[in-house]
Amino acid sequence: MKVVVCVKQIPDPALPGELDPSTNYLKRDDKLILDESDSYGVEMALQLVEAAGGGEVSLVSMAANGEVSGLRTALAMGAEDAVLVSDDALAGSDALGTARVLGAAISRMSPDLVLAGVESSDGYTGTVPEMIAGVLEMPSITFAKQIEVDGTTVKVQRQTEAGYDDVECQIPVLVSVTAGVVEPRYPSFKGIMAAKKKPVEELDLAALGVDAAVVGQSGARQETVRVTAAEERQAGEVIEDEGDAHDKIVEFLGELKIV
Amino acid sequence: MSVETILVFGEGDEGSPSGLTLELLAAARGLATNVEVFVAGDGAAMAAELGAHGATRVHTTGPLDGKLMGVHAAAALQAHMETSSPDAVFFGQTPDGRDTAARLAVRINQPVVTNNVGASFEDGTLVVEEPVFGGTQNVFTAFKNDGPALAMFRPKSFEAEATGGGEAEVVAVDAVDPGPAGSASVTGRHVEERSGPQLDDAEVVVSGGRGLGQPEAFEMIDELAGLLDAASGASRAIVDAGWVPYSKQVGQTGKVVKPNVYLACGISGATQHLVGMKGSKHIIAINKDPEAPIFGVADLGIVGDVHKVVPALIEAMKSR
Ligand SMILES: Cc1cc2nc3c(=O)[nH]c(=O)nc-3n(C[C@H](O)[C@H](O)[C@H](O)COP(=O)(O)OP(=O)(O)OC[C@H]3O[C@@H](n4cnc5c(N)ncnc54)[C@H](O)[C@@H]3O)c2cc1C
Ligand SMILES: Cc1cc2nc3c(=O)[nH]c(=O)nc-3n(C[C@H](O)[C@H](O)[C@H](O)COP(=O)(O)OP(=O)(O)OC[C@H]3O[C@@H](n4cnc5c(N)ncnc54)[C@H](O)[C@@H]3O)c2cc1C
Repeated sequence: MKVVVCVKQIPDPALPGELDPSTNYLKRDDKLILDESDSYGVEMALQLVEAAGGGEVSLVSMAANGEVSGLRTALAMGAEDAVLVSDDALAGSDALGTARVLGAAISRMSPDLVLAGVESSDGYTGTVPEMIAGVLEMPSITFAKQIEVDGTTVKVQRQTEAGYDDVECQIPVLVSVTAGVVEPRYPSFKGIMAAKKKPVEELDLAALGVDAAVVGQSGARQETVRVTAAEERQAGEVIEDEGDAHDKIVEFLGELKIV
Repeated sequence: MSVETILVFGEGDEGSPSGLTLELLAAARGLATNVEVFVAGDGAAMAAELGAHGATRVHTTGPLDGKLMGVHAAAALQAHMETSSPDAVFFGQTPDGRDTAARLAVRINQPVVTNNVGASFEDGTLVVEEPVFGGTQNVFTAFKNDGPALAMFRPKSFEAEATGGGEAEVVAVDAVDPGPAGSASVTGRHVEERSGPQLDDAEVVVSGGRGLGQPEAFEMIDELAGLLDAASGASRAIVDAGWVPYSKQVGQTGKVVKPNVYLACGISGATQHLVGMKGSKHIIAINKDPEAPIFGVADLGIVGDVHKVVPALIEAMKSR
């Protein structure tokens, strides 16, 4: 079984985010890391290949400046190889442009299963995976909280507002996985060393045959017209509990006629 | 300034439109002279309520019979839009809303702008507002495309309001076969048991986080919620840990709640949690760390141990 996992490399979400005032793009100056949302897809792929008794897990990522540090983390977890698409023309791409690029890269890899995160941690449009499926004209199942592969049938528990649905599909199919569905493994020292030698193929738009007009800021056809500071909520009274804080809460609820 | 027609992608259950669908109708009514709804499912059953909220027509495919919605909805929606040309299509930020908008975007080659909480027309272009960095800044995005504006909105961004309109005219639309891409099928549905008020529209929400220490401690959150006629909610930390189901998650990737009172117990107040509850009218927080960011948004902050304050509160409520 061949599984391709989409992994986004993002600025560390623990650091405060900032928009570049000249372009209004998210600043990406620091080293990029593997998006935690995608560590679940990588782990899921490794587990599915193990359960299938063999196969291959490949990665695909689009990032600026030939950035590979997040990819190396996923390779250290156990993925075999990776394709990185990097091109100056990609700056400012929207979700649709990103999906066209990733779709073109994936179509060269002929996977049985494509995995992605439900939504990334930095842009979180939650639309790229379904758009990739659209570009590839492939069936898709989003919001998976469990995946099982039974021969050529993929069985998924798809999270819904009310609970979950059982959804089935034949391969090839794209599945997006929710956070927390599996426990991503920590790369071992051996894994980290091995990852340094694993192949990462770097492609630009020309190599992929994607028209530069459909990507980047002009391809996005949406423009940030202004950024404003949101109204701040004022903090109220903060008290130390001395064994009677519950009375304070009851009083507060009483004033609001809740009790 | 307003435009001709906005199409709302309608969702719902058992014949009633979702709250979010009605919120989108209210938003669209303020911007367009004519508001219509597209339902990939049984739209006829919703026609009266949609009409009461200002929709003139409901275009409906009829039940999907176990097909997974997104790709089928997008194919039918594209065919519909070829004849009706709405100026904009409004989607709710839901699983099926996202799938449909994303598939449609590829089919008609138009961008989608997501996670919005506001919309207006400026010089004839739709401009949508999205909160970023945990709601500390708002980004306003203008559509620069030649074609319909596809915009997705977060729940609770607008107030639903009935206008007293008559039943919407029901128009059947043809299903369009999306080919092999449409082969995923739903073989079973599982609905979690729920009692008491729903998290999205409860007057009071009592939420627990990692500060509860262990899964069993969530029982006291549920007990307190029961006594206050409240819904119980949770931070993602304890959803990911498997203590409570995802349906209880409040925040960026969970539900947006705007109750009269939100009581946060052992929740630090990460930006991704705050975006889901900052719109509450009143916020009470219990946290043992006086520096916890949740206190920055709380009207009443209690620096204390949840294992002392919550049981005492439960006792106080019981003895009333
Ligand atoms: C605050 C903010 C708001 C934005 N709003 C919009 C908007 O409304 N509309 C719009 O079109 N664009 C928007 N963008 C731009 C958008 O984030 C980028 O186009 C981004 O490249 C892809 O979208 P995403 O991060 O939202 O992906 P999502 O759809 O949230 O990502 C889901 C999954 O897709 C895969 N994936 C996504 N990107 C990559 C990648 N580069 N490489 C490999 N796998 C990937 C990963 O598996 C990921 O977990 C926004 C960006 C920011 C920072
Ligand atoms: C892309 C992305 C999306 C996310 N989406 C969401 C989302 O939708 N919703 C969400 O909630 N989070 C979300 N998060 C996670 C978020 O960043 C936080 O990790 C999470 O909210 C923390 O949960 P918590 O407050 O329960 O836990 P912690 O941050 O660990 O806080 C626990 C708190 O409990 C307090 N405490 C400990 N013991 C006690 C005690 N005995 N009595 C009183 N207080 C005590 C501590 O002082 C601490 O403040 C998201 C993160 C990312 C990256």
